[in-house]
Amino acid sequence: MIKKVRSHINRDEGLLFERSSPGKRAYQLPELDVPLVDAAAALGKENVREQIEHFPEVSEVEAIRHFTRLSTHNYAIDLGLYPLGSCTMKYNPRINEQVARTEGLAWAHPYQPEPLAQGCLEVLQSLESALLEITGMDAVTLQPSAGAHGEWTGIMLVRALLTSRGNPRKRILVPDSAHGTNPATAAMAGYGVEGIASNERGMIDLAALERAANDEIAALMVTNPSTLGIFEENIVKATEIMHSRGGMVYMDGANMNALVGVTRPGDFGIDVMHLNLHKTFSTPHGGGGPGAGPVAVKKIFEPFLPVPRLKRIGEALAFDYDRPQSIGKVRAYYGNFGVLVRALAYIMAHGGPGLRNATLDAILNANYIRKQLQPYFDMPYTSPSMHECVFSDDRQAKLGVRTGDIAKRLIDYGFHPYTVSFPLIVHGALMIEPTETESKDELDLFVDALISIAKEVETDPEMVRKAPHLTRTSRVDEVTAARKPVLRWVAADER
Amino acid sequence: MYPDNYRYTKEHEWVLVEEGIGTVGITHHAQNELGDIVYVDLPQIGSAVLQGKTLGSVESVKAVSDIYSPVSGEVTAVNETLSSEPEKLNEDPHGVAWLVKVKLSAPGELSQLMSAADYQTYIGAA
Repeated sequence: MIKKVRSHINRDEGLLFERSSPGKRAYQLPELDVPLVDAAAALGKENVREQIEHFPEVSEVEAIRHFTRLSTHNYAIDLGLYPLGSCTMKYNPRINEQVARTEGLAWAHPYQPEPLAQGCLEVLQSLESALLEITGMDAVTLQPSAGAHGEWTGIMLVRALLTSRGNPRKRILVPDSAHGTNPATAAMAGYGVEGIASNERGMIDLAALERAANDEIAALMVTNPSTLGIFEENIVKATEIMHSRGGMVYMDGANMNALVGVTRPGDFGIDVMHLNLHKTFSTPHGGGGPGAGPVAVKKIFEPFLPVPRLKRIGEALAFDYDRPQSIGKVRAYYGNFGVLVRALAYIMAHGGPGLRNATLDAILNANYIRKQLQPYFDMPYTSPSMHECVFSDDRQAKLGVRTGDIAKRLIDYGFHPYTVSFPLIVHGALMIEPTETESKDELDLFVDALISIAKEVETDPEMVRKAPHLTRTSRVDEVTAARKPVLRWVAADER
Repeated sequence: MYPDNYRYTKEHEWVLVEEGIGTVGITHHAQNELGDIVYVDLPQIGSAVLQGKTLGSVESVKAVSDIYSPVSGEVTAVNETLSSEPEKLNEDPHGVAWLVKVKLSAPGELSQLMSAADYQTYIGAA
């Protein structure tokens, strides 16, 4: 255990288990005001224990200090740039939080009668309208809880539509520049997965798509812009090829931050897509809160959308469960309501022109970083960057330093690492997404840090390989942790 | 480095055929690209595998990658050591860390695989 004379907040923190001393309590219960029940008699003796082995016993102030110290170990968007590519870690405006805490929204109960929840239903209705305008689609469900959940819901909609036409088909095409979750989604929805290689510009190879798209292919799952941060220039042709073979096109909307207010997936031929409200629409994520992955569709899919659907009866809104062709429920109640409120607050605070400006600034910031770092890092795909740019570690790897080492060293400079080793089609990828919420000053600090590290790789590669050096915990042995995971704390005298 | 009596795939698997039984593994190049391997997922004995189709997967600190079978047939043996010692795949991918043994159902398929010389040209190591 870590022992110290007194705990400085810059020192590492021991485990609560190691602080325990018998008899300490962090609570006081009131006197029992109901008849005492003998637990052993009620539950059976074998189900009752007197002692929980090694259960930590600490006082209230010790528990509070322990968790407060741990909370200072976090890196968060509120502390600085968080350039995790494809995750769109943008600043979460405080107005969102204020709106979400509005009494009637924060205290609404899922079983509240619909006539008494009209305000909440109006929030959902307004968000649906805004998302339809932004995506150019015809109908949307707000229920999926996150991106991958949205993907799965979307592919189940494809399956339902194709089944209603007589044949669900067998496989889904996934380009090698797509998000890593896409093949898993296809498999979970009962489809086989067939990869398509990108061309030398990092875009879908139309000739390869022509060859692959036959009557066994249910859909193409495309991420646009792709995980290379590149817009699929031939997306319209790709959707035409799929549609001419009776297949569908699903778009992973994780990178929608490059499109909002500029172009609409509905207009370039997409049939089904999801949005990540926690990325594009600024709700907290990455351990900071739950997500939301609404799925937007073209009209032909509407009968299959999950229940319940919002419907207007006269002036009032109600939930409609009478949808015989629906794929059913995908989540309890009505989605992550608090997240939906925040996303609507963000959209309304910006308005249409504001959302478009956010997109343009996101693209500008990514291209500023690209331009500044291109002299120091290799870039295998040089098609124009959208909201993120992807370098490779080829130059640094020759000196024995890989992208993961550079990322660890970046922590010493006070930044969260970029996305490491993804997409897989870039050897040793550094995937950087600054988002629009960063000032030029902050971008310059980040660029300076990476340039400085690039120079350190030349002069002292060994130091970079052993980074981080300034953190509470030095380089964690990820390999041993994965090969021989310790899943349960064991007391020192029992190890 | 790359034994002459093995045959190789574009997806970086090797197979050594002796008396109708093919021993299958991944190449040195594959393990080097994957980095430290932490988990290996293999098929059950008796299951059927097809040339070019997924046989199992290997997980490194970086990513999970499919293994594609270089030959078609029935799995007759699985290298159990890899479940407790996946690091063997990094240490000796062409030897002790073989993955499965397959009773070949279509030995003619071997002609579609690369020789050691061709494979080294393919990965740019020759």
